[in-house]
Amino acid sequence: MGSAHMAVTRPAPGAAEIAIVGDVTAACEDDLMTAHEEASDAGATVIVLDFAQMEYMNSGGIGMLVTLLVRAQRRQQRIAAVGLTDHYRQIFELTRLDEAIVLHDDTASALRALAPKEGR
Amino acid sequence: MMDGPVGNAPRDAANWARKVDRLQVTDPAEPHGYNIEGKRVAGPMNGFGRLWQRLYLADLGTTVTPEAVVADWRAHFGDYWPRMGRFHSSLSTIQPGDVTALTAGGVTTGIMVLYADDTSFTFLTPEGHMFAAMITFSADKEASEKDAAERTIARISMLLRCSDPLFESMWPLARRGEDVFWPGVLRNLARAHGVTEVTITERTVCVDRRRLWANWRNIRHNSGIRTVVHALSAPIRRARAGRTT
Repeated sequence: MGSAHMAVTRPAPGAAEIAIVGDVTAACEDDLMTAHEEASDAGATVIVLDFAQMEYMNSGGIGMLVTLLVRAQRRQQRIAAVGLTDHYRQIFELTRLDEAIVLHDDTASALRALAPKEGR
Repeated sequence: MMDGPVGNAPRDAANWARKVDRLQVTDPAEPHGYNIEGKRVAGPMNGFGRLWQRLYLADLGTTVTPEAVVADWRAHFGDYWPRMGRFHSSLSTIQPGDVTALTAGGVTTGIMVLYADDTSFTFLTPEGHMFAAMITFSADKEASEKDAAERTIARISMLLRCSDPLFESMWPLARRGEDVFWPGVLRNLARAHGVTEVTITERTVCVDRRRLWANWRNIRHNSGIRTVVHALSAPIRRARAGRTT
């Protein structure tokens, strides 16, 4: 079983995207948390997790996402997931992760939905 | 269970449970499913209390493989439970999507098998279970200073919150119960694989100290209360059944 690679980019002001490539298991928790730290250090209030290049995920990966969610909520960040196949979308729905991590088709739609509204 | 890999299906497709909105006990003849039927699963984000990450592990030595341990564990899961709990499954082996009742500490509730592969399987709890939890049972190889060969380590790892304020108030007691129950499971598993002297290691980390007050209404599903009501109403159900036969 391989491991995941995380790449952090900044698609918009106040937002960060973490592209997750490879196999997502509990073994990549440190990598994901490091990527989240990097994203947060720049002041991101919206974190987009891009799963388009994810090859595999086991239940340890779901547990890791719960931990990430807690960390993000502590920082008052909102999390979206994009690029999920129907298979993984169903797993998010089955585990009710979709109630806390908003699912979108792509980064642009996630940012439109989660970006802070002007004048609020 | 999800359909096996077909065409471009991901290689883990057969390991995951099929999506369901409401749970139904896999064995329709099972009489203990009354606190599961029609419930939704409740993962760690759907509970009420503090979020805990707990781990129990046991060193099973060098002779048994992780695959053999997990195959046996899946086939005899309930057989390894201590007497304080009962896993009400008549199924031959644990499979993704199975929904099974259980009784622990006098409370009847259940689990759904979320995921299973050669070296691990994971349960999600239903609404009303004492814990909104994800519990993974696994075995893997670990290098050892004692032996040249890698040793097989059996693990029970869980991410859990107490489901509602009542269960949260009972957490200190429940935690002590868990600290007897799960090491008991690991000792029984070890004994079945020829390991009579086993040391159980336990680690607990509080991942989130916040209580999710938005979920306090989970108490309406509380399986402790519902088990008591079910027991008290048994004579009424028997009388009704007598009238209709």
